[in-house]
Amino acid sequence: MMTTTSAINFDIERIRADFPILDQEVNGRKLVYFDNAATTQKPVAVIEALMNYYRGYNANIHRGIHTLAEKATADFEASRRAVRDFLNAPSAEEIIFTSGTTMGINLVAQTYGRHFLRAGDEIIISGLEHHSNIVPWQMLAGEKGLTVRAIPVLENGELDMETYDSLLSDRTKIVAVNHASNSLGTVNPVKEIIAKAHAVGAVVLVDGAQASSHLEIDVQDLDVDFYAFSAHKLYGPTGIGALYGKRALLEAMPPYMGGGEMIKEVTFEKTTFNDLPYKFEAGTPNIADVVALKAALDYINAIGKSNISAYETHLLNYATEQVGQMDGIRIIGQAKEKISVLSFVLEGIHHQDIGIILDQQGIAVRTGHHCTQPVMDRFCILGTTRASFAIYNTIEEIDKLVAGLHRVKKLMA
Amino acid sequence: MTINETQDEIIEEFELFDDWEGKYEYIIDLGKKLAPFKEEFKTEDHIIKGCQSRVWLHAELNGDKVVFTADSDAIIVKGLISMLVKVLSGHTPEEIIQADLYFMERVGLQQHLAQTRSNGLASMLKQMKTYALAFSALKN
Ligand SMILES: Cc1ncc(COP(=O)(O)O)c(C=O)c1O
Repeated sequence: MMTTTSAINFDIERIRADFPILDQEVNGRKLVYFDNAATTQKPVAVIEALMNYYRGYNANIHRGIHTLAEKATADFEASRRAVRDFLNAPSAEEIIFTSGTTMGINLVAQTYGRHFLRAGDEIIISGLEHHSNIVPWQMLAGEKGLTVRAIPVLENGELDMETYDSLLSDRTKIVAVNHASNSLGTVNPVKEIIAKAHAVGAVVLVDGAQASSHLEIDVQDLDVDFYAFSAHKLYGPTGIGALYGKRALLEAMPPYMGGGEMIKEVTFEKTTFNDLPYKFEAGTPNIADVVALKAALDYINAIGKSNISAYETHLLNYATEQVGQMDGIRIIGQAKEKISVLSFVLEGIHHQDIGIILDQQGIAVRTGHHCTQPVMDRFCILGTTRASFAIYNTIEEIDKLVAGLHRVKKLMA
Repeated sequence: MTINETQDEIIEEFELFDDWEGKYEYIIDLGKKLAPFKEEFKTEDHIIKGCQSRVWLHAELNGDKVVFTADSDAIIVKGLISMLVKVLSGHTPEEIIQADLYFMERVGLQQHLAQTRSNGLASMLKQMKTYALAFSALKN
């Protein structure tokens, strides 16, 4: 069955068949999975890549000269090149494998931040950040006597760019913002944020955890200094991600962790560090998940980012219209440009009650503050109910959500 | 009524429901009917923090019996609290310490006591037993 919308040319039934987890019942109903901003499900290609690796060529990389080690190394490095292409980075040496976005941000804070920032310097984040892009900077600030400032959030969920201009100064050394917000869906004007930060001599880290599965990413066009993402939010495995950094910066930064792989030569007097990217990849890496990450990127590329975002926008618009029509609904986050995240509150009903009753109907949503407490404080709420859509979701599922919400209202009345 | 008699009574009541909707309607109704919690007790030291919803718990000794009152900002949790209070309140500290709470599992609501729910219920139950222990220690 093809979808009814003309602009979208992919076969939703075929895509759904690629995700075995979707074919199950929860509490006696067909699963409707709308918690994709937390983590996406995995296609067969990713699951098989993991299995094939462990069944066929598990070996430690970069050291063995035997055949399995060579194959493992080749696939590991092929995945690095796939990430380079995915981000349009200039070179594969600028791609560092991490455990995910959180580690990428901490790596930059603890190496670049610790090495180059001085007491009195300032870091600018935004009021839309995930705790992962707040706490590492606060820890650094506490240690070094820095100040962390936040770009405020406007009523519609967009960043207050005028105030951003006034926060920037020659004290600003790092700007760290997300490309898209996990709790509201806002797509931030990162290109403009980056250009303005560069004008005062600051470097910019973009948290791409949410954007990477929805938007075309081009780190050269953005001229971004650091870009971090997690594989598990783009149909890949958990526990793996990547950090892109400009070569000159990565070379100037001290290593993050010490150990094997990241060294050239070790004597008890002195160690010379390895070249990029290995300088930042101490210890045996997460080989299997790196290999499977490539399968996820290949999967996305085969469908095409523009098809993905057209389809997801179609889902988001429909959901916004249908849910938005209900009495007592307040949609939190109405930015002009959004990824497929619909966050809302239902007047007089606690988000947790909504989550429990939807779960009884087989519908998985996220409720709470979504690790963005400052966003909740900004809107004077304790939490929201969040439905976030991926390529395998359908209009019929959104209809189920709306019916489910009517049921919630009836039960709570 | 003993703790177990109350538990058995709740289990019997739940046997009347043949679908989830009836069950949850009943829990929501219990939540709405829960005896009001004194506003003056809604303080930081009475709060049990869950990530999702807030739960307040107060305990006092009335003669040799512990009396619990509680509240939550989420209605389903409030209904579940109402059942926990009904089962445990009005018993001696020793009875509460020794109580084996089986009714949640028997009525199919065990998942709400899981820590991952982070709704404060599991912590509340622990806190009820802690109060009982403290009152018992105070007595001896
Ligand atoms: C915007 C944003 N940043 C950072 C993270 C952290 O990602 P991870 O837990 O994969 O490191 C998330 C995940 O929820 C996120 O949505």
